[in-house]
Formats: sequence, structure tokens, C-alpha cells
Amino acid sequence: MNKNENYAVQVEHAVVRFNMASERIDNLKEYFVKLMKGELMFKEFLALQDVSFQVKKGEAWGIIGTNGSGKSTLLKLICGILKPFKGKVEICGSIAPLIELGAGFDGDLTARENIFLNGAVLGYNKYFMQKHFDEIVDFAELWNFLDMPIKNYSSGMAARLGFAIATMVRPDILICDEVLAVGDYAFQQKCERRMSEMRKQGTTLLYVSHSMDSVKSVCDHALWLDHGVVKMEGDVGLVGDAYMEMLR
Amino acid sequence: MTMITKRVEVFRRYWPLLEQLVMKDIKLKYRRSFLGYLWSILNPLMIMGIMMLIFSNMFRFDIDNYPVYLIIGQTIYNFVSESTNQAMWSITGNAALMKKTYVPKYIFTLSRITSSFVNMVFALGAMIIVFFVCRVKFTAFMLFIPVILAQVYLFALGLGLFLAQGTVFFRDIQYIYSACLTAWMYATPIFYPISQLPERLAWLIKHVNPLYSYITQFRVIVLEGAFPDGRLILYGSAMSLLMLGAGSWVFMKTQDKFILYI
Repeated sequence: MNKNENYAVQVEHAVVRFNMASERIDNLKEYFVKLMKGELMFKEFLALQDVSFQVKKGEAWGIIGTNGSGKSTLLKLICGILKPFKGKVEICGSIAPLIELGAGFDGDLTARENIFLNGAVLGYNKYFMQKHFDEIVDFAELWNFLDMPIKNYSSGMAARLGFAIATMVRPDILICDEVLAVGDYAFQQKCERRMSEMRKQGTTLLYVSHSMDSVKSVCDHALWLDHGVVKMEGDVGLVGDAYMEMLR
Repeated sequence: MTMITKRVEVFRRYWPLLEQLVMKDIKLKYRRSFLGYLWSILNPLMIMGIMMLIFSNMFRFDIDNYPVYLIIGQTIYNFVSESTNQAMWSITGNAALMKKTYVPKYIFTLSRITSSFVNMVFALGAMIIVFFVCRVKFTAFMLFIPVILAQVYLFALGLGLFLAQGTVFFRDIQYIYSACLTAWMYATPIFYPISQLPERLAWLIKHVNPLYSYITQFRVIVLEGAFPDGRLILYGSAMSLLMLGAGSWVFMKTQDKFILYI
């Protein structure tokens, strides 16, 4: 398969392997004991097995599956957080990962300072953030709490700020992992509106949610993962119905 | 070649992050303290005062301008010990972030070393006060001091990268390293003159302890108003580049495995 500019994400025969040692070995004594017993690289666990799929620019894919089916692993692979053990991942364009909102926040800093820090985590400089500062705070509706340390924020407030920052930067590819669950209904609606707005401007979306209604309203394609294997892919209606059928 | 341009490209993209992280460390260090940044100057002065009391009354050394001698050694040693201790936890401490988004991992180690370095630059204020009080002659040779500081910085960065990746896999390193730091402090002529040691030990320290080289370069300039021996500079620079090379090499080798252990 040659590199095609029409694709935003290409995953080819990707395998992700974890070493599922029964406990984590993080001290020398245990390391040597296990080494002696020949138990170091035993129980390996394949979180993704030979996963291939392509996302064209501008498409929105919902990734569905039960807990532990490898959805988050796949997203982490695409973001570059994990490296494939085998296979290839090719990305075309900038990525804003929303795997957990506000992952780049520091609890001791105020919201104002955190906006700049989180922007920098996504690779944007201060001038860019200054320019969009008002827009971010407007969207998050947090003008009254700007100089409060984030540790005093509720999880919903922090999530709002995180979403506002990540979607402000207009990425080519937006990756959303189950992050909107903490917001209240009104904010979830607002986020979905923002996402469809971004889609109109050509942003590619990868979306994980357990709410099938939400997936159906946001996405046009779906990928169903089951124990690290692609079970089905294609139109969101077909895949979604098959998945719901299986659950029943 | 493309590899290098790619690296530089990534580094430039994440330069703002480095800036933000360093600012964050500096801001948080003194938040909620009454005197704030002044502590960066006061603290070394207080420690120097105590060490002076101890070493001019309890153990006596025949050193001219002892406060100056002391504060130079103490500042350099403190920077190396503080920055590497901080850097050791730079990867494990930012685990939450690294699991959620892609960021070049060395940025965290680099930012820790850099914020400690900025802190040391503040502490130079304390040094200058001591220089004035002790009537040190200011000479043009002092323009060489930034080069010495750069050697120490690169050395600490290399060591920090090495410790940071090691700590991800073996948390034991913290205990081993803290014992090493104590040994290192006594093996560095911070408060005693190296001439006091037996000849063989002095030879050993001069040849395996790079801190000796950095501190001596600094002292020669300030206390003797002379330019340090070329061999000393060469040795110090070579050691810092070697440490940086080794540290970054090991770090690059292991960094893809971090995510499985943090």
C-alpha cells in the first residue's frame, strides 16, 4: 500500500504487545530473581492483533467494543504514545488527542497558567494561545474561576477547559476517548455541536464512546473491535446495529 | 541527515512546552512563600554561613578567602545534586501526561535540569554578594565563567537523562544514587583543600571526578585571578560531552519502553 495523501490515518497490520507480568518488576532484586528463574518475558499479551484500517480525510470514525477490547490502545497507537510491536501506522496531519481531558494540567497552577501549559503540550506557542485565550475561556464558560488553581476545580470544569483548549487549536485529526462523559448534558450538546462544526471544516474525527446514540449522531463510519481484533468495519448504522445485536 | 532535521523540527515545535515547564517549576517553587525568589539568594548564604562557622571553628583549614572558596564549591555541587535528583523523577512523575498524549520524553528531563540551572543562576547573586564582602578582584577572566557553567549544565543533563530512564525500570536507583551523592560530596573538595588528601587519593579525585575540574576552574579564576589550566578545561568539557552522549544514547534506546513501565 503506498502512501496516499487522501488518507489521514493508515494502520497496517498493527500488533501491540504488552508484557503482562503478574506484577510489575521495578526493582533490581526482583529483576534478578525473575531473570534467574527465566520468567522475565513470559506471559505476553497482545492488545491489538493484526489491525488494519484506513481513515480518509474528513471522515468520522466511531470505535466501538466492550471494555478491554483495545479501543484506547488503538487511539494511543495513532497518537504515537504507543509504538506498534509489528506493523505500521501512518498519520497525515496534526493530531489533538483528547484521551483524557486536562491530562496536561498541573493542579497547583491557575486555570490561566494551565491554558498556556496545555497549549504548549499540544505544540502551540504563547502568542497563538494569547490570541485564542478569550475564545477558550468563553467556550469553557469559566471567566469567574480563571485565577483559581485547577486542583480546586470540579472534574466537569476541568474537562470543559480541556475540551475548549484541544478543539481551539483546529487540528487536522481530533481523537476523542470517552471524555465527554463527565460534562453535564448542556455541555455535551455543546461539544457535539463543536465537533460537527469542526467536521464541516474538514477535521477528521476518531471517536470512542459507549453511548451508541452519540456515536451514531457524530460519526459516519465505525470500527468494531473485539479482543484486539477487528470484528467489523464500515457504515456506522450497519456496524452499530450488529454490535448492539451482539450485546443483546 | 533527515533524522537530524526531523529531531530539530520536533524540538522547535516543543520549545514552548520547555519554556512553560521551566516557568512552572520556578513559579511553583516559591508560591506561597513570603520572601519568594529572595530565598534563592538567602538560602545559599545561610548554608554558607553555617558551614563557615563549622569549618573555621571545629575543623580548620588553611585557605585564603575561605567564604569564597566554600560558596563556589557549594553552589556547583548543589546544582548537580539538586538537578539530577529532580531529573531522576522527571519521567515517572509525568507518567499521567505521557500516557495521554504524545510529547518527546526528554523534554521533561531537560526542563527539570534547566529549571535547576535557572535557580543556580539566581544563587550566583549570593555568590556576588560574598565576592564583594570578601573584596574579590573582578577580572576579565570572569567572562569565562559561563563556559564553566555550560560544562556543568551539559554534564548534569547527561547524568539526569541516564538516571531518569533508569528510574523508570528500577526504583532502587534512588537509594543507590542518594548514597552515591553523599560519597561524591566528600570526594569533592568543597570545604577542604585537595592538598590535604594523601597523594594517591588526590590523584584519583583529579582524574575521575569531573566536579573537581569544574570547581577548580571556577576557583582559579575568582581566587587567583588567573586563567585555568587548559588541560583542566579540556578534561571538564570532554567529561560533560561524554556524559551527555552516553546519557542521551541510553535514553533514546529505552524510551519506547517507558510507557509499559510507568
